[in-house]
Amino acid sequence: MKNAPSPAHWLRWFDPRYRQPGTWGYILNRITAIGLTIYLVLHLGVLSTLAKGPGAYDSFITLVKSPGFMLGELLVVAGGIIHGTNGIRIVLNSFGVGVRDQKVILAILMALSIIGIAYFAYVMFLVD
Amino acid sequence: MKNKPVPEKWTVTFIVSRQKGQGKRHFEQFNLEVDPEEYVLDGIERIWAFHDRSLTFRHACHHSTCGACGMLVNGVEKLTCITPIRSVTKDSGTLRVEPLRNFPVVSDLAVDMASFYLNLEKAQFSQVAPIQNASLPFEDQSMEGDLERLVDCIECGMCVSACPAAHTSSGYLGPGALAAFQHSLNQKNDPRLYDLVDCHDGPWRCHNAFECSAVCPSNVDPAWRIMNLRRKIVSHRLRRLFKRREAAKP
Repeated sequence: MKNAPSPAHWLRWFDPRYRQPGTWGYILNRITAIGLTIYLVLHLGVLSTLAKGPGAYDSFITLVKSPGFMLGELLVVAGGIIHGTNGIRIVLNSFGVGVRDQKVILAILMALSIIGIAYFAYVMFLVD
Repeated sequence: MKNKPVPEKWTVTFIVSRQKGQGKRHFEQFNLEVDPEEYVLDGIERIWAFHDRSLTFRHACHHSTCGACGMLVNGVEKLTCITPIRSVTKDSGTLRVEPLRNFPVVSDLAVDMASFYLNLEKAQFSQVAPIQNASLPFEDQSMEGDLERLVDCIECGMCVSACPAAHTSSGYLGPGALAAFQHSLNQKNDPRLYDLVDCHDGPWRCHNAFECSAVCPSNVDPAWRIMNLRRKIVSHRLRRLFKRREAAKP
């Protein structure tokens, strides 16, 4: 019964071949959701350094100001923006708003996401 | 006297999925000379007739009414009886044919669609409906009077095959059945239908990929109907909540 639905087929969610923009939105939402969940766990772990005293916390803050960590933070911001804007599309459609224009709504929201990510990148890397 | 135009001839390699019983799926190639205006199903029938009589596939009407010949053609769900070869490949090109996804393979290109039909039955789906109920709000409804028409769904199952949410959940009602529920609720506002459809595997499992509407050969627009079904369910829940409050008042 290999062709029948099965939780083991979860990798198929991420296959964009021959699919419509709606599926690209679906894939983006899954990837960003996984990324944000991993970040949340890491974030809680990092906050635990507060319990080890000011010295440990300050040295960690110095580490996260390195370009590698900044890039990671930008990915988190990008994930949050994409997941949030895509969520707006899903909520609108679920209330019957713009169902027939879902491709246009997705395109507009993703364009806004790119602008938002570019703005954050500018602030993080070029201001100060 | 005018000469009859000579039909164009293409050489196309059909790459066909084969699987018998519990055996492993593999692909076999068949080189065919075809008229590009022929349909994909014509090619598959020719493979069966002249190359391999053991090839199994479903087909019946040859004019997009029975919904039996839905398959994956070059990765996309197509009703093969109305898909011209010209639209999916080129001369000297390949044409990959696979069974629909999310249904168990019975043999080669034939899948077991029992679960899909059972879900449609749960929806108390009727094939004939008043014209106002059978059509979508944005379709032409200018005809007046007590007219009835056949509803659009031909029960091909391609919406279930294309749905990413259906890849991983065997209990999910699927786009076709959810569209049928919406259609039934349009005709009769039976509260028992709400009890059946408002569940974990109902419209809430849909994640707005809209693949079902993209592949539907009959313009049922299952995605629009699922969104509309959500609104109906929320309205029904609210009505029920306020009725309970009214009833609880001394």
